[in-house]
Amino acid sequence: MEASPYHPGLVEVGFREIVDFFYKLAEAADRLREEGEFFVYQPRALPERIEIPERGTLSVKLGFPVYQKGGVVMDVTNVEQAEIAEDAGAVAVMVLDKLPYDVRKSGGVARMADVKVIEEVMETITIPVMAKVRIGHYMEARILEQIGVDMIDESEVLTPVDEKHHINKWLFTVPFVNGARDLGEALRRITEGASMIRTKGEAGTGNVAEAVRHMKIIQGEIKILRSMTPEERLRKAREYGVPHQLVDLTARLGRLPVVNFAAGGIATPADAALMMWLGADGIFVGSGIFKSRDPPERAAAIVLATSMWDDPEYVAEAQRMISEQKSMMGIDIRKLKPEELLQTRGV
Amino acid sequence: MVRVGIVALQGGVSEHYYMVRRAGERIGLGVEPVLLKKPGDLRDIDAVIIPGGESTTIGIVAKRTGLLDELREAILGGLPVLSTCAGAIIMAKKLAGTRGAQPILGVMDVEVHRNYFGRQRESFEVDLNIDFLSGPPFRGVFIRAPAFTDFWGDARPAAAIEYNGRRVYVAAVERAMIATSFHPELTGDTRIHEYLLSLAKK
Repeated sequence: MEASPYHPGLVEVGFREIVDFFYKLAEAADRLREEGEFFVYQPRALPERIEIPERGTLSVKLGFPVYQKGGVVMDVTNVEQAEIAEDAGAVAVMVLDKLPYDVRKSGGVARMADVKVIEEVMETITIPVMAKVRIGHYMEARILEQIGVDMIDESEVLTPVDEKHHINKWLFTVPFVNGARDLGEALRRITEGASMIRTKGEAGTGNVAEAVRHMKIIQGEIKILRSMTPEERLRKAREYGVPHQLVDLTARLGRLPVVNFAAGGIATPADAALMMWLGADGIFVGSGIFKSRDPPERAAAIVLATSMWDDPEYVAEAQRMISEQKSMMGIDIRKLKPEELLQTRGV
Repeated sequence: MVRVGIVALQGGVSEHYYMVRRAGERIGLGVEPVLLKKPGDLRDIDAVIIPGGESTTIGIVAKRTGLLDELREAILGGLPVLSTCAGAIIMAKKLAGTRGAQPILGVMDVEVHRNYFGRQRESFEVDLNIDFLSGPPFRGVFIRAPAFTDFWGDARPAAAIEYNGRRVYVAAVERAMIATSFHPELTGDTRIHEYLLSLAKK
């Protein structure tokens, strides 16, 4: 097994302590609310003893992505692709109207996928089904929650509807994942109630360079936090626009307090293993599989490489399962105009 | 020193890693968690944890690396096991709620129904009582959880909850095998992990 310098070492803090942290942060706001102040950026408090099953609690929202770790979430546009993904060992599928590569090519407004297609996928496969909503589109998110999607991606791949605000994700029972390019973006999304973070990368390019950059930026910023005095961290919290307690917790953990996946441009088993080596908890593959000419083999290979990233023998075996000739054509990000970049949406 | 192997192909691995070490500290037993990914990793292991995740993914990759067959042999030979959620699905001899055949260990005399309670929005927390534990109720965290729908042979239910007016079994034991629908590793409560360590010491 190969050690990676990008991994903070195994957990000195338990999941329960992280959950308790968010509840404690909410207590002061709870007291203010009793006095008539209106705060909704927090989890709902739980009773000491739970006699009747309580749904949508913080533990089940933050817990859902824990069981996606070490796995691959695959973008699909129909039932056939969803079946290929499940058979290959995907931990979930993400239903879109168009793959990011096609969103990029077709232009226009990119919206949530057809509800009927999402429902059809949910009825067919047994693994979790995710879907994307436009940044700030509260109502698309309510619709997806209503039909029973397992996780919502508030995604820069679709056309944002609110330039200033993201969705207040604390108001939902369903957990959310959000993209981030740096630590400030990641912590702002967590403050808004995101249960999971992924790098933005540059979706639909088949080029993993931006995902690498974003992962290293986040890791580097966390390392800097750890070397700071409390006073400097307080200033950093103001710069990020997040509670200083959250910055302190991140420094103590040496990692984001929620599950952190890599996304944006991952196209081969080697790309997936690289992102795992860089400290990702798991992988989102967008256009990389179904824009290639060997989807079933490539899907299975990326699953194997993601699980076995620390063993070169298996990563090589995974890479052997695919053919570079059949990989999607990549796009050189330096050739994209600034307005063509998706990653700058919703910071 | 007890060496506890954790199947580390996918899912809630680090959560179990943390909990089993905490459990060891509580009862004053040296615990060395070991990550299991391929055949050979099982050498000198005293107990095994199969974590939650997607049972299809864990099964497919474990079969591919060869861990699945070696693990089955070790468990049939009496190696103590704690399996949670997807882990419980992989342990069961019979499955319901699946789309097709999926690679499993198939070592426990139980039927497990995948996603019994529904989708993520139906995921829940509830306090419950577990037969082999004493003390206060245990907090059960159920995430797209399975349930135990049939028992035969030496397997018996170890916990049940009232759900929509029905009695649903959410834990099972058989010899040195423990299986739960819920996630003890998401609570601060190490009693189930301590129980596994007590089986490993024997």
